[in-house]
Amino acid sequence: MAQAMSRKSRIGTQIAEHATGIVASLLFLAPIVWTVLSAFKPAQEARKPPLPPWPTTGFSVENYATLNTFGDGLWLPMQNSIYVSVMTVVLSVIVGVLAGYGFSRFRFPLKNLLFVVILSTIMIPFQSILTPIFLVLTKIGLHNTLTGLVCVYVTLQLPFSIFMMRNAFDAVPREIEEAARMDGANNVTMLLRVMLPLVWPGIVTIALFAFLGAWNEFLAALVLMTDQSKFTLPIMMTALQSGRFGAIDWGAVQAGVTVMMVPCLVLFLLLQRFYIRGLMAGAVK
Amino acid sequence: MTSIATITTPARPRKLVGAGRRQWIGLLYVAPAVALVVVFFIIPLCMTAWMSLHNWPLMGVHRFIGLDNYWAILRDTRFWNALRFTGYYTVIVTIAIFAVAFPLALFIERPRPLTGFYRTSFFMPAVIGFASASLLWSWLLNVDAGLFSPAAFELGLTEKKVNLLATFQPAFWSIIAMVVWKVAGFTMIILMTGLQSIPPDLQEAAMIDGAGPFARFRAITLPLMRRTLALALILSVAGSVLAFDQFYIILRGGPRNQTLTAVYWIFNQSFVSFKLGYGAALSMVLLVILVALSLIQLRLLRQPEGVD
Repeated sequence: MAQAMSRKSRIGTQIAEHATGIVASLLFLAPIVWTVLSAFKPAQEARKPPLPPWPTTGFSVENYATLNTFGDGLWLPMQNSIYVSVMTVVLSVIVGVLAGYGFSRFRFPLKNLLFVVILSTIMIPFQSILTPIFLVLTKIGLHNTLTGLVCVYVTLQLPFSIFMMRNAFDAVPREIEEAARMDGANNVTMLLRVMLPLVWPGIVTIALFAFLGAWNEFLAALVLMTDQSKFTLPIMMTALQSGRFGAIDWGAVQAGVTVMMVPCLVLFLLLQRFYIRGLMAGAVK
Repeated sequence: MTSIATITTPARPRKLVGAGRRQWIGLLYVAPAVALVVVFFIIPLCMTAWMSLHNWPLMGVHRFIGLDNYWAILRDTRFWNALRFTGYYTVIVTIAIFAVAFPLALFIERPRPLTGFYRTSFFMPAVIGFASASLLWSWLLNVDAGLFSPAAFELGLTEKKVNLLATFQPAFWSIIAMVVWKVAGFTMIILMTGLQSIPPDLQEAAMIDGAGPFARFRAITLPLMRRTLALALILSVAGSVLAFDQFYIILRGGPRNQTLTAVYWIFNQSFVSFKLGYGAALSMVLLVILVALSLIQLRLLRQPEGVD
């Protein structure tokens, strides 16, 4: 009798817990779902409050078409964002892998000092050195170029990339390297053929963080990209939302926000365990 | 290897010199990283300090003025207001984030069906950018085309559509809500790593000794999570002290310049008024505050777990 009671109350607790979980999940997902659905409303309907969130007068991609008519259109800032993010990923991986390998496997003068200096840049907010970065970029002819922005983003990612990659290389047993060296592998083949396949989870993690960081960054892009043709998506959308191109079209804002969010969400869902891994590595150390 | 060995001086043992040479190659591997950090971090950092001692307009010549910029900061009431607002925002938003993230972490830490789904849902807003989230909420908060005011009006909660962004209190709390929505999942994951590092047998032993859930939370969970709590706390504090995107995109510092943060004020001075020297001096002040916070963090993290 008592057992039946306790089992009943346990089921009751479970139902209550799951109800809480589902309500909380809906609260967190609602703004995202709301925007993605509303963006598919016809322009006329998108201007009204989103009640209900889904289109009631038929699905349409009108908002995306409208978005494309502002400023330089949707495609150019999207290309800029893709270029900046992909280049940041590529360079972060190359520089991060090389430096991680160097710091993990070699002993050279100033090694510890250099490592500490690179890692401690994380303590200094880049917001406080934006003006000189602007002047440095002007000096070396990268002023107002996407390449300049990429250099800044790669530098901001460096402490994390190098920390992750050094740990990844540290985890590879030295015996593997020694065996390969016996077989006559030189430094370059060693890194490319022997080490890379063993550290690729670390590479995926730093690539993911580099992409999200570059795709989402706002302040540096706002300050450094003064030419409208160099705007990345966040800058172009903020210009639109501030009324720079005339009356604010909220339907176009919904469409733009969707374009900005979807790559992040898809990448996260696909590579979730690498993302959590990166967070854990940062949190544990 | 042989080629290196042949060109070394014969006086030294071959193996050692070869190995030494090989070690030097490490410098080549780290060179690109070092170059980037020097050009885009160390030099700008030194320049900030140098520029803060100058009157430095965007065009024309800059002039050395010693500490004048710093004296000007002392009298710059709008900067101190911005700093005060940033501090107020940091305290409130950090408390709010923890109040949401801690229960979520406790909730997802226990394995049960659907935990993966819950964890992913709570975390989703954390992967979209602050700019995207701010644009999204600027729409939801809009008085005419948004969600909250029209919904409250339709439900009969308000007599007319209230513009949430027109006065300080509702505008401020709207930002808090948005940031908690965006950041709580992130803090939750950090806290979860701390919870998972607590040995389960400790909890079991306490349960056998008759400790209730609240007593166990206070006597075991909290003390053993001190390092994780310190980390989550400092990430939240540092992020909030540097807040800019949401106040720029949703509120433009308004209403009546009441929500200008420290970074926003520096941005205005440097890139709207183009007082680059003064902006650099303000940056130095912000930098000192942030480094001080980081050092406190390092001290908190370095102390051994569970020992006061």
